[in-house]
Amino acid sequence: MNIISFVKRVPATTANVAIADNKLNPEGVEFVLNPYDEFAVEESLAIKEAAGAGSITAISFGAGETQKELRTVLAMGADTAVLLANPAAPEADGATTARVLAENCKGREFDLLMFGKQSVDRDQHGVGPAVATLLGVPCITEVVKLELAEGKVIAEREIEGAREIVEATLPCAITCQKGLNTPRFASLRGIMAAKKKPLEVVDVEIGETTVEVVAMNLPPARPAGRIVGEGAAAVPELVSALRNEAKVL
Amino acid sequence: MSNILVILESRDGSLRAASLEALGAARIIADQRGASVIALATEKCELDATLLGGAGADKVLLADAASHSADGAAATAARVAKESDANVVLLSATVRGRDLTARIAALLDTGFAADCTAIDADAMTFTRPEFGGRAFATVKINGPVAVASLRGNFFAAAGREASAEVSEVTSETGVSMVTEISSQAGGRPDVSEATKVVSGGRGMGDAENWPLLEAVADAIPGCALGATRAVVDSGWRPHSEQVGQTGKTVAPELYIAAGISGAIQHLAGMSSSKVIVAINKDAEAPIFKHATYGIVGDALEVLPALAEELSKLDL
Ligand SMILES: Cc1cc2nc3c(=O)[nH]c(=O)nc-3n(C[C@H](O)[C@H](O)[C@H](O)COP(=O)(O)OP(=O)(O)OC[C@H]3O[C@@H](n4cnc5c(N)ncnc54)[C@H](O)[C@@H]3O)c2cc1C
Repeated sequence: MNIISFVKRVPATTANVAIADNKLNPEGVEFVLNPYDEFAVEESLAIKEAAGAGSITAISFGAGETQKELRTVLAMGADTAVLLANPAAPEADGATTARVLAENCKGREFDLLMFGKQSVDRDQHGVGPAVATLLGVPCITEVVKLELAEGKVIAEREIEGAREIVEATLPCAITCQKGLNTPRFASLRGIMAAKKKPLEVVDVEIGETTVEVVAMNLPPARPAGRIVGEGAAAVPELVSALRNEAKVL
Repeated sequence: MSNILVILESRDGSLRAASLEALGAARIIADQRGASVIALATEKCELDATLLGGAGADKVLLADAASHSADGAAATAARVAKESDANVVLLSATVRGRDLTARIAALLDTGFAADCTAIDADAMTFTRPEFGGRAFATVKINGPVAVASLRGNFFAAAGREASAEVSEVTSETGVSMVTEISSQAGGRPDVSEATKVVSGGRGMGDAENWPLLEAVADAIPGCALGATRAVVDSGWRPHSEQVGQTGKTVAPELYIAAGISGAIQHLAGMSSSKVIVAINKDAEAPIFKHATYGIVGDALEVLPALAEELSKLDL
């Protein structure tokens, strides 16, 4: 089983977002492995372990610093890592990222392409299905349960108010949702081993990006609210405000 | 002339309400440019020409696929986009819709914008949240076609009197196939689609106290249940109810947060709600800074009183 697991370096979800030049001002921001990509890496490791054979390649389209996140993935257990390096990668839109990743998958052998369901910076939810479309392989998104059997993939995903079972054939792309597994932490042995694992850095061109950010703003401030009172005694006033003032009931 | 294509979503043969919002958004762009709105249902379903026309569609195309295949639906949509000379394709930002958005853009060799909360029909720009709603980007799509998915509760059906003309088209076949759909029990709307949400946090104390939240939800028509990650991780509620950066993003008219502290990752999922009510025993809880109305108090006492007061209104 040959698996490519795609990862991205993103600002931590607790990071304070400040904007400069229509993009995130990275000063003072802590960067981490995208939380959804951890599910993808964990699932890749579990599949390889169950199969008893195969290899896992971690690929990231990122700036030079992304080597740190790739080392983390190697420490978790991936076999090799490739950084498709470009300083402008962190700001690239989903479609552009997908194009770069797909181009660099051509010529690689794979049974599975594993993605997080979204990266928590651009929040586009689209790199996995776009890469799969460009490579002409099926893709199942937001998967919470995955089974592989005889060249077939059976996946479960949550859609609004329902669960659906989706079947596809290998090779296939999967985007991973919370609930699929519990990602492991890298062990000390894993961290030591990772230092000797191959991490290839390939400079890539981005070309013309398909989505241009013309403005970036902080969310509008919410109008100040008020405390209507304390305890159950405040309920009549709350309900009256919801009905007569806010008019939502 | 260029047209606006809207991809309709259906389940079990019926149209999803979110699709009507996308038609309304498409109508605004079309009117601005003297274009037409073409709606495409990528699978067989019941379609009401007056409902769709009223929401904004001029023409409706019904494809003949029997069940949902994401790659099949994307291929049908990309073909129809070309045939109908569309330079804007709109979808709903649902699980299926976001998936299709990226695929259709890839097939049309263009860019996409997911989860849009506003469209400027003049400049043809899309505004969308990034960093879990901690910033809003306004983007322009530089490809031949702009493909975008629209977040629920931000756009509205056109509300006009018109009937759309319905015709049939053939579907492209796909490799991946939905083989089974099981609706979650309870009969409540999904938290991401509801216009009213009552949500519980760790301050609810225990899973056994959830009937108190359910009683409030029962008193408000169309009200869904939500939860924080702390609650989901404790196994009190299913992940499908989680609101926040690693859960669902919601923008209802009314969001009631009971026993929720207001962590940044939770706010990411609900801070664009129109009215936020916070019930928390700690007057210093961060959630109060974002709330429209707050009650300082024990949720386990306030919720039963709220359910009773609401049931008097007979909503
Ligand atoms: C990568 C990452 C992703 C995350 N994603 C999400 C996400 O998607 N969604 C999410 O919600 N969180 C998320 N979190 C977790 C988040 O940081 C918080 O831990 C979580 O939201 C806290 O949940 P809570 O408000 O229920 O619990 P707490 O923070 O423990 O707050 C409980 C609140 O209840 C109040 N309280 C206690 N007893 C009562 C009572 N009897 N009556 C009234 N009030 C009472 C307390 O005063 C307190 O304010 C994420 C964290 C990380 C690191």
